[in-house]
Amino acid sequence: MKIAISAQGNTFESPIDPRFGRAKQFIVFENEGENIHTIDNSINLNAMQGAGIQTAQRMANEGVQVIITGHIGPKAFTVLQKAGIKIVTGAFGTCRESYLAYKEGRLHATSGPTNEGHSF
Amino acid sequence: MLTIAIASGKGGTGKTTVAVNLAMVFNKSTVLADCDVEEPNVHLFLRPEWKFEEPVTIPVPEFDKNLCTGQARCREACRFNAIVVLGDSPLLFPELCHSCGACTRACPEQAITEIPRLIGKLNQGQSRSIDVIMGTLNIGEARSSPIIQQVRARASSFDSEICLIDAPPGTTCPVVESVRDVDYVVLVTEPTPFGYHDLTLAIDMCKQMNLKFGVVLNRSHDGNEKKILTFLEKQKVPILAQIPFSFDIATIVSNGELLTEANPEYHKLFSTLAKNIELEVHS
Repeated sequence: MKIAISAQGNTFESPIDPRFGRAKQFIVFENEGENIHTIDNSINLNAMQGAGIQTAQRMANEGVQVIITGHIGPKAFTVLQKAGIKIVTGAFGTCRESYLAYKEGRLHATSGPTNEGHSF
Repeated sequence: MLTIAIASGKGGTGKTTVAVNLAMVFNKSTVLADCDVEEPNVHLFLRPEWKFEEPVTIPVPEFDKNLCTGQARCREACRFNAIVVLGDSPLLFPELCHSCGACTRACPEQAITEIPRLIGKLNQGQSRSIDVIMGTLNIGEARSSPIIQQVRARASSFDSEICLIDAPPGTTCPVVESVRDVDYVVLVTEPTPFGYHDLTLAIDMCKQMNLKFGVVLNRSHDGNEKKILTFLEKQKVPILAQIPFSFDIATIVSNGELLTEANPEYHKLFSTLAKNIELEVHS
């Protein structure tokens, strides 16, 4: 299972980034915490538009199966859903705290976008 | 054709009031283009008889899934982030597309054709002796520039001596599109802190675009206009007219009537404005 968490830093102890498309980094790990690496998302952080869409594309290209983030907009949601990626929202605190909350069933997958879209 | 844009910076300063009344006083054949396509309002004052309506579309890519091999060159070419490719199935977010055509050119399989997407409409009509063109952007659409271009192209196709453009407020892309290459810009402002601040932005825009411009000070009354007038004098910006702050004017405008028709005194005010503009254009 490949899981990605939107983060403000590059370790498991970094605070999560509640934004998906404009998250600075993603902490990616497989097999219960082995094989942790980061994805630098600054290209989308600085995109003039379509940040959520292209971040979702990147997650699909990386073979991510679960996203843990704060909120998700309608366009990113559409792409992630088409790519068959599970979207868990409501992340809080550090990446570790959010990961544990998900594992313990305190954070759930969303069935729709949690934010309104931005025109640009 | 002499093309004059009426712009402002701050919204609600009286662009449309100036545009519709100015259209009445040139004594020359005049076409008035309402380029404030997100909220066109020239028609509220001129009540034109509409002659026809046409759709405004922009080209967007359509993917032939039988030809696509999923190389995602279209996605890489799109600088507007409007395309994703999952497996060998491209997906377009049309509201982000700027119709640049880069994806169509980049596709190695010729799997992309461009199809029209409706974003709004253009109306053409007449009021008194004035030809009126109006653009309307559909609700929820983000890009108004293509409609403004179509409205301006239509207005330019007339044989009129004067073309007036009622621009949207602000200094962003739609305004730039509305004032690009005009012969003169009339900046309408009001003596408030916001009016003053946004006027300075509009002046910067005109200077960067190498456009000739002058200012109409609306809602001008004793004392409060001094700061703006001093600023304009210092900057050597021509003051074309001052419209007084009056209950009478507010009432006429609120009733959707033309100031030039309601009172000969106001007709004179706008005639003087027209003369001042023509003098400035040729100076």
